[in-house]
Amino acid sequence: MTALQTVQITRRVDPHLSIDRYDPEGELMLLHFGPQHPSTHGVFRMDLYLDGEKVVKVIPHVGYLHRAVEKLCETLAYVQITPIVDKNDYVAPMTNEQALNMAFEAALKLEVPRRARWMRTLFAELQRIASHLLWLGTFALDLGGALGGGSTVFIHCFRERELVLDLFEEVTGARFHYNTHTIGGNRHDLPAGWSAKVHAALDVIGPRLDEYEAMTLENRIFLDRTVGVGKLDAELALELGITGPILRACGVDHDLRRDAPFHAYDEVKVNVVTAQGGDCLARAQVRLGEMRESVRLVRQMVDGVPEGSINSGKPVKLPVQTKIPPGQVYVAIETPRGELGTYLVSDGTQFPYRLKIRPPSLHALSALPYIVPGGTVSDAVAILGSLDPIMGEVDR
Amino acid sequence: MSDGLLHGVVYSVLIVSVVLTATAMALWFERKFAARMQTRLGPTIVGPIGLLQPVADLLKLLQKEDIVPDNADAAIFNLVPPLAALAALGAAAVVPFSPSVVASDLDVGVLYVLAIGAVTVLPIFGAGWSSNNKLALLGGMRAVAQSISYEVPLLLSAMVPVILSGSLRLGTIVQMQADHHWFVVWPFFIGLPAFGIFMLAMLAEANRIPFDIPEAESELVAGVTTEYTGMKFALFYMAEYVHTIVASAVGAALFLGGWDGPFFPGLHWMVLKTLLLFTAVYWVRWSLLRFRSDQLMGLCWKWLVPMGVLLVGAAATWVVVFP
Repeated sequence: MTALQTVQITRRVDPHLSIDRYDPEGELMLLHFGPQHPSTHGVFRMDLYLDGEKVVKVIPHVGYLHRAVEKLCETLAYVQITPIVDKNDYVAPMTNEQALNMAFEAALKLEVPRRARWMRTLFAELQRIASHLLWLGTFALDLGGALGGGSTVFIHCFRERELVLDLFEEVTGARFHYNTHTIGGNRHDLPAGWSAKVHAALDVIGPRLDEYEAMTLENRIFLDRTVGVGKLDAELALELGITGPILRACGVDHDLRRDAPFHAYDEVKVNVVTAQGGDCLARAQVRLGEMRESVRLVRQMVDGVPEGSINSGKPVKLPVQTKIPPGQVYVAIETPRGELGTYLVSDGTQFPYRLKIRPPSLHALSALPYIVPGGTVSDAVAILGSLDPIMGEVDR
Repeated sequence: MSDGLLHGVVYSVLIVSVVLTATAMALWFERKFAARMQTRLGPTIVGPIGLLQPVADLLKLLQKEDIVPDNADAAIFNLVPPLAALAALGAAAVVPFSPSVVASDLDVGVLYVLAIGAVTVLPIFGAGWSSNNKLALLGGMRAVAQSISYEVPLLLSAMVPVILSGSLRLGTIVQMQADHHWFVVWPFFIGLPAFGIFMLAMLAEANRIPFDIPEAESELVAGVTTEYTGMKFALFYMAEYVHTIVASAVGAALFLGGWDGPFFPGLHWMVLKTLLLFTAVYWVRWSLLRFRSDQLMGLCWKWLVPMGVLLVGAAATWVVVFP
């Protein structure tokens, strides 16, 4: 946490402003990269100003997937909001629910039973594995193409991700949009024999992570494409509010799981994975390391889930009529992409007055104008992929 | 009609139909092969074990609307797809599938293959230029830079068997290897690296991963073929496969002894060797990631070209010392 407090906000030259000096005759080619483009991870648009293959200037445009989720939440009862925010970070839906319901619980000052907190931790870590696997697959797709080696990595990663989704299905009945967290605890208890299945799945995933490391971090072409590409320095990352693996890849040792423990993270030791360099390779190293750490954490915790209730049984008999006392609260958790925050303002009715979601991906995208210029179009694709943006949570 | 002309016409028709059929089967084979690499099954529905999938693909593409973008240069836009297919097929004319099965065993066969290979860049560039699409233009730009650069190591490595055998005629080159040794076997320290360079340059010429940057679909959507639909796209697609097959056959003839082999007729050996090289190309394609264009140029000019020059020198010395 120390690093965070020493940040000085410095005035930087906006990279957008230097364009006229570079290109007085306006001879640069403007390439609209997206929103319908295979490598924009959804609907994202970058205006690339190209000098040949070289990118001179980048203007990111967000908002193509805007669904007015935050406004919609103001018209819904608190328990109805969970399935809506599931669709924000659609690669790690569990963490959306957790951040949201933790905010409600904090506002209600509810104590979540220990069993529910352990289950949430387990879910979060399993979700991290699934999310990072999907990232690795799509990143390889960006580097290697859908009709080539990239898709081979992609499909192999999806094979392992399936195992995790199967585990979630076992608990919640849903493979993706779970709606398993609720105010004060969880909705679905762990089925009998679930921990054995978790161990079986991890027995498969663990060794395969070695294979993925060999396929990527020891692959000459992968290294050529990632080393020194998209270098982001720690100071700029902190200034832009970037969190999660991207920040840790810049060498900043910051992880909310350890620094501001939520769920049951205060009962286990989390080894924070960091890397130096801040380039695409460092981000890949951090995410691959985090998958191993998550495998270790899940193995450690899955047998020790305490007995007891999974829900506090509060606040009222009819959950839809839950009212939160007037006030405001901000809760942040560490998702696979960084700090996912929920800011809730309540006016005492059964609907939120304002519900603001702070998505880590939006802040990650704000680095693009700084780190893409100077590289080629290919680098722009690699950098965008390495930031792991999920447009569902960027645009909301 | 003279015998020579008749021979030429019959064998041209024969070889074009064989190569086109082989292309269709290669499509199926590649799909199955890639699917097994990716823990999938590949095509299974159309025909037994999906064998008729290429036919279904073709029928689908035939039904597609043929779109010429409003601001495209229609003349060039329509001209280049058949040109691409023709240029790729043209090289098949001189490939000796067996001592007798060859459409035209030209005296300058190797030169002809390389010249036809150089033509393939024109339709790609034309497509990129005439589409009036920035992605296609970028793809065309990359294609020209890449093809012209890799022309050099391709030429140099193809010179090695020419020097060793003392002939530009593909038939003579194969006969020479049948009489003595395949060039990858002896002198292996010249033949093997030359074979490697030839295959790499050939991959680059055929725009195959890791050198497929002109169509890099994760960057340029579909590169030069972005604006093409239906059969025009199919022609480009086919040209790529034909190019790969023909280049594999030429590689087999130049370095792997062509039709030479024990027990079976020469045609079988040639097909087997071509298929092996073809499989290797697709093995690489479905395993590796893609280079960046500047790294591609670096590999060509910093490594392949100097090595090619050295090998040509070594081959010349070898021929002088052990005539």
